[in-house]
Amino acid sequence: MDRKEIEVDIKVPNQTRYLSLIGRIGEDIAKELDRFDGDRDMLAYHINLVLTEAMVNAIKHANANDPDKMVHVYINITDQDLLIRVFDDGQGFNINSIPPPDFDQLEDRGRGIFIIKQLMDTVKYEKINGGNMLEMTKCLRFYP
Amino acid sequence: MNLKTEERNEILIIFVKEERLDAHNSNDLKGKMQELFEQSKKNILVDLTDVRFIDSSGLGALVSGFKNAISHQGSLKLSSLQPQVKSMFELTRLHRVFEIFGSTAEALENF
Repeated sequence: MDRKEIEVDIKVPNQTRYLSLIGRIGEDIAKELDRFDGDRDMLAYHINLVLTEAMVNAIKHANANDPDKMVHVYINITDQDLLIRVFDDGQGFNINSIPPPDFDQLEDRGRGIFIIKQLMDTVKYEKINGGNMLEMTKCLRFYP
Repeated sequence: MNLKTEERNEILIIFVKEERLDAHNSNDLKGKMQELFEQSKKNILVDLTDVRFIDSSGLGALVSGFKNAISHQGSLKLSSLQPQVKSMFELTRLHRVFEIFGSTAEALENF
């Protein structure tokens, strides 16, 4: 294993009250990443945000607000990349079919996936083991 | 959700006394703004001094309040955004929609 590798694997009930817990875990880890070349506080905030958005997506849309289900979050950090996977048991959706928000139309919703795509380097959502997985990565090194 | 309201010169100020405005609590703020506009309050200022973190649901609640203001011939303005909260408005272009002021006092002068 890479000397600097960090791995977090956590399951929480499918409830929005756990958003801050998961977001804070991601934020605290990112704050310690001295391998990151950029603004670490900004990275930490963004990791909190994408974890929150991905969990809300799983809780409300994929797991249909069922409080008895669980949300599974996996974070892996190597020397080069930060990887986040959020698993759900729902119907799934095509992430590429979600349009970016229309900035001239004021909608209450529809900014979550846009924010994730803006802040992360790769984002994909796919079926896995009877459920779905939202996977996103952030490159930590501008000059590998 | 911890919200403190205060009325000054016919402007209703909602102080969001939470560190996070997210999918867990933003419906409370949305409901509060709706309730105030339905009570014929015209001018609402949402002060975000204590809010360190906002997600798309938090932004959505404020958009909902903004649209509610328009439909009630009122106005909704924002004040005291922390830098990272403000950056979320910029990322989603909502800084072009809302009138955002540096302080509560400055916002109150601009209704």
